[in-house]
Amino acid sequence: MDRRRFLAGTAAIIVLPFGTASATPEAMAEAIRKVVGSAAVTEGRVKLDMPPLIENGNTVPLVVSVESPMTAADHVKAIHVFNEKNPQPNVFSARLSPLSGKATVGTRIKLGDSQKIVAIAETSDGRFWSASADVIVTLAACLEEST
Amino acid sequence: MADVLVNAPKTAKRGAVVEIKALILHPMETGFRPGPNGRIIPRNIIERFTATWNDAEIFSMDMSPAISANPFVSFFAVAAESGVVRLRWTGDEGFVVEEQVAIAVE
Repeated sequence: MDRRRFLAGTAAIIVLPFGTASATPEAMAEAIRKVVGSAAVTEGRVKLDMPPLIENGNTVPLVVSVESPMTAADHVKAIHVFNEKNPQPNVFSARLSPLSGKATVGTRIKLGDSQKIVAIAETSDGRFWSASADVIVTLAACLEEST
Repeated sequence: MADVLVNAPKTAKRGAVVEIKALILHPMETGFRPGPNGRIIPRNIIERFTATWNDAEIFSMDMSPAISANPFVSFFAVAAESGVVRLRWTGDEGFVVEEQVAIAVE
């Protein structure tokens, strides 16, 4: 086997695991559609806080906050977060109520690649609001067993 | 026993909005990673987290494999009256852990 063929072969082996089921921008759009249905999604009212440059994709802090008085008449019912390039487009769906008092949710997530993250909030009047963030990941969440 | 860490105020003023933070020990195995033998490690994640205040739901979250290992969640609640906040995590392989904290409202 000459050197060129050998290199091409190893390249294929390295690329293969990453080629398996991965979310795409289309998969994310479809996942968002599943949540919002035919309703329009307006940009605004939602703030998505996460670092723009991420050194370790295994634990990425993320805070979603939505401007809302959180009263019985006007509150945030749900907050959903989606991603473009992890194996699955969904990250989490949180349910809130007037008992929450404040529409803010924080957690830590895994990111497999540099990508766009979208947060969508559903208010009690049935409308949807969104915010997005583009993040750069230098070390992706591991795809291999670490031991 | 359960490896849970909950951070909530012990007391709160009536009507105040308090922050509750919860951390639980869990691998959150995605089900996408091959193990040392080349086979995919089966998925083992927490699927759902719920929080109730005196049995009324204040917050819940459906998690996906994209939530980091040892899931951390922070959220808010209105301190309406003294009571018990119950946190419950459920997931794959029959995983159920419950934890509760008391908050006194003045």
